[in-house]
Amino acid sequence: MTALLALLAAVVATASGLPGLLFRRRPTLAQRLSAGALCLAAAIGFGAALPVLAGSPPSVLHHAWGQPFASLSIRLDPLSAIFLVPILAIPALGAVYGLAYWPQAQLGARAIRLQLWYGVVAGSMALVCLADNALLFLFAWEVMALGGFFLVRSDGDRTDAQKASWVYLVAAHVGTFAIFAFFAAVGSARGSFDFAAWAGLRSTGAAAGWLALLALVGFGLKAGLVPLHFWLPGAHAAAPSHVSAVMSGVLLKTGVYGLFRTAGFFEAPPASWGIVLMALGAASGVLGVALALAQHDLKRLLAYHSVENIGIITMGLGLALLGRARGAPGLVLLGFAGAALHVVNHALFKSLLFLGAGSVQHATGTRNLEKLGGLARAMPWTAGLFLVGAAAISGLPPLNGFVSEWFVALGALRALELPLLDRASFAVLVAPVLALVGALAAACFVKVQGTVFLGNPRSADAARAHESPRAMLLPMALLAAACVGIGLLPSLVVGPLSRGAAAWSGMPLAELRPDALGALDSAAWIARVALLLLALVGAVLLWRRRQRTAPDPVSETWGCGYAYPTARMAYTGSSFAQILTSGFRWVLFPRVRFAPPRGFFPSSSRFSTEPREAVLDLALLPAVRDYISATSRVRHLIAGRLHVQALLVLATLIAMLAWRLLWW
Amino acid sequence: MILRALLQIGVLLLLPPLLLGVVNRVKAIAAGRKGPPLLQLYFDLAKLLRKGAVYSRTTTWVFRAGPAVGLAAIATAGTMLPVAGQPAIVSFSGDFVLFAYLLALARFATALAALDTGSSFEGMGAAREVSFASMAEPTLFLVLVVMARATGSLSLSGMLGPALAPAWRAAAPALLLSAIALFVVALAENSRIPVDDPNTHLELTMIHEVMILDHSGPDLAFILYGASLKFFLFGALLVRLVADVGATGFWSAEGAFVLELLAFSVLVGVVESFMARLRLTRVPQMLVGASILSVFALVLLLR
Repeated sequence: MTALLALLAAVVATASGLPGLLFRRRPTLAQRLSAGALCLAAAIGFGAALPVLAGSPPSVLHHAWGQPFASLSIRLDPLSAIFLVPILAIPALGAVYGLAYWPQAQLGARAIRLQLWYGVVAGSMALVCLADNALLFLFAWEVMALGGFFLVRSDGDRTDAQKASWVYLVAAHVGTFAIFAFFAAVGSARGSFDFAAWAGLRSTGAAAGWLALLALVGFGLKAGLVPLHFWLPGAHAAAPSHVSAVMSGVLLKTGVYGLFRTAGFFEAPPASWGIVLMALGAASGVLGVALALAQHDLKRLLAYHSVENIGIITMGLGLALLGRARGAPGLVLLGFAGAALHVVNHALFKSLLFLGAGSVQHATGTRNLEKLGGLARAMPWTAGLFLVGAAAISGLPPLNGFVSEWFVALGALRALELPLLDRASFAVLVAPVLALVGALAAACFVKVQGTVFLGNPRSADAARAHESPRAMLLPMALLAAACVGIGLLPSLVVGPLSRGAAAWSGMPLAELRPDALGALDSAAWIARVALLLLALVGAVLLWRRRQRTAPDPVSETWGCGYAYPTARMAYTGSSFAQILTSGFRWVLFPRVRFAPPRGFFPSSSRFSTEPREAVLDLALLPAVRDYISATSRVRHLIAGRLHVQALLVLATLIAMLAWRLLWW
Repeated sequence: MILRALLQIGVLLLLPPLLLGVVNRVKAIAAGRKGPPLLQLYFDLAKLLRKGAVYSRTTTWVFRAGPAVGLAAIATAGTMLPVAGQPAIVSFSGDFVLFAYLLALARFATALAALDTGSSFEGMGAAREVSFASMAEPTLFLVLVVMARATGSLSLSGMLGPALAPAWRAAAPALLLSAIALFVVALAENSRIPVDDPNTHLELTMIHEVMILDHSGPDLAFILYGASLKFFLFGALLVRLVADVGATGFWSAEGAFVLELLAFSVLVGVVESFMARLRLTRVPQMLVGASILSVFALVLLLR
């Protein structure tokens, strides 16, 4: 029953773009209908997911499909439900935001195209999480990847969007290829392409290792794990902001979902798989935030933070896998809970931040941090809501980011309970890595909030900023409320998460229960401390208010005696991050242009740094260029000469025949 | 029981300014000066709380909320710290993560308030504060991991409770290394020499002091008091770790704890008197050195 509802939600979401096409004459109405359809889909999806999260058994739907090996199999279990909630909620909120941000009334065909693909992507993401058959999964996966390509190109005339979309398309298909190979190998070994028949894959031996590697590459490429993240910042920065919110907030999570689902197929995996995931997660976390620190473009910066957060999620998943390898329920529960909750949390605060970035771009026309500043005065609501997102992504209490990072950190500490001399207890190092990532993220978001919203405007565009319309503020406010809500009431999420952990790991719920109760107790304490914190802040502010008898005098900022400070003297974002970025020079490879002042009366001098995407700009693109130039030397030998081509075909056939006869 | 809890809260709230007075007195004696009264910070706080404040035209509500959030976050973190052999008011499995992140929240609020002024000096201070903090944070976690491993507990009250004495007998080298690392972190987090000089007079070289240049009146009082509270928290963490005298009676334990804290202040004063401030570019090396020490401590326990 719930599976049918979930499928209905996916269908409604997929069709949500049609009103734009049907009612071209009444664009505003059409766009409202489209946003309404996505909200309806989200409501239906919640109706399907919440009972499953509350403990009702998984729901299955099975239909035959004409395609060979395929079947229309839908399965809604707690793991799917956890992913389904943000996957339907974020596009709905993004569509409401789009009413004002990307209005069909002004943009016409561009907006219609965007809404069509937007709905298709939302629906196919939901289907990815529901599919219980490998071919249905691949079908939804491919539709989702193609839809993403067209969404990135919504602003089709911009060259950066075009370039980014092609890189995205190539990366997406390399990933699909790896997943295809993985599915084909498992499916032919098992004789069925239904996921239900795949449970209990052997996890020892070289073959299992290769299978796991294929899945890791395929899904890791979608999730944006370092070093497979190269396509991500360009694509997410080039798309319109509510599309970026969907892509960064939930589209990446389908890769995470794939990792979770695949890990669930295997029987208790060797500890090394968990360790590999933790190492990759740690690398993604630290390098993602380091790359983010160096960015000048607000949306690229946010996109790199997605790499960081995917790293945190992967570390949690690695801990859970290690727990399954060693039969440690505490590790399984806390690792899974941290990873799964961070999936939801990251969807919430990253969408909030991307929508905030969209509002900034909407109000000023620029995303360059060095040209912004002082926006809090003109757009107080946006600034306040962005601040909630910034604090949440930095993992600060009393917000939701803290709760999931707390789960992961505590899970890492549970690795200390492994037997003495077990090398795997070094998994505890996840905790200090998490602390490093959290502190760097906090540094980065102090930089963002400070250079965008605080201080004085650094350009005329920033000085002319205006507050966003209500349709843009409302989705942001809902997202911020969700961030605060999970932060203040973490006890609510422990139950669903422990059910998800049980369903995913195959451990009986009774075995996880002691740890779940412990987590529940701690969650209650976290809630109390959060309330105490809020009460203390309120008390101090109230006392301050009562104590003030006359309005406070106002003056200039202290400039060490200098009376006419200007915005040009203020610290820029680049200077703010300089100490940390210079520590990370070995991964940033910044392009530095420096013309030092010369002579006794220097006329002009300039200094600029431009961060580069190391994997894409320094490794992949040069390699592709070399490959093309190398093959171009042979190409003229073959091109247009039919007899040479025929000879090559013949030679290949003979070689294969010889190989078949002699060695096989 | 309630009386004891009240006394603990009283120590937590009233003692901190005295500790900074002791540090300053030690520095004065070492320099051959008479120095300000031991209770000078109390006098300053009382005076500032009665004054008004001046606000820059550039600032928004973030600037006004910063000191209040900072103070509240540090005080909330204080409820998780066991004082003198008693379990803390708030104690649960994993509370040390919340402790560290509350201190991070205080830093976040202070740094944002600094950027709200639009002053380049305060931007410099905020940049240095968050950069050095992100180098100190992993060390703090590593030290806490070592303590968790040595005592088998995941709450601060358990780590610093009765299980600590046997842990010292079993794993003294690891705990000693982590105590040294924790001392370095404490100096950095509290903006003491050799990382930062609280008495410097040049804005260009400051870290913490330059962040709060524009705060005045009660806001400044909140910040100064919050800083002393943070000093107390790190001092308490350290003296509970290294000098758990095992006094059993409530009053003797409480008295020993206060004396140990005063000794910690004297130690910090001595370090400040006989060391020069490091160049800013050298600070990361010291912090990374401390984290390497704590990794060694962990390896000693896990090998």
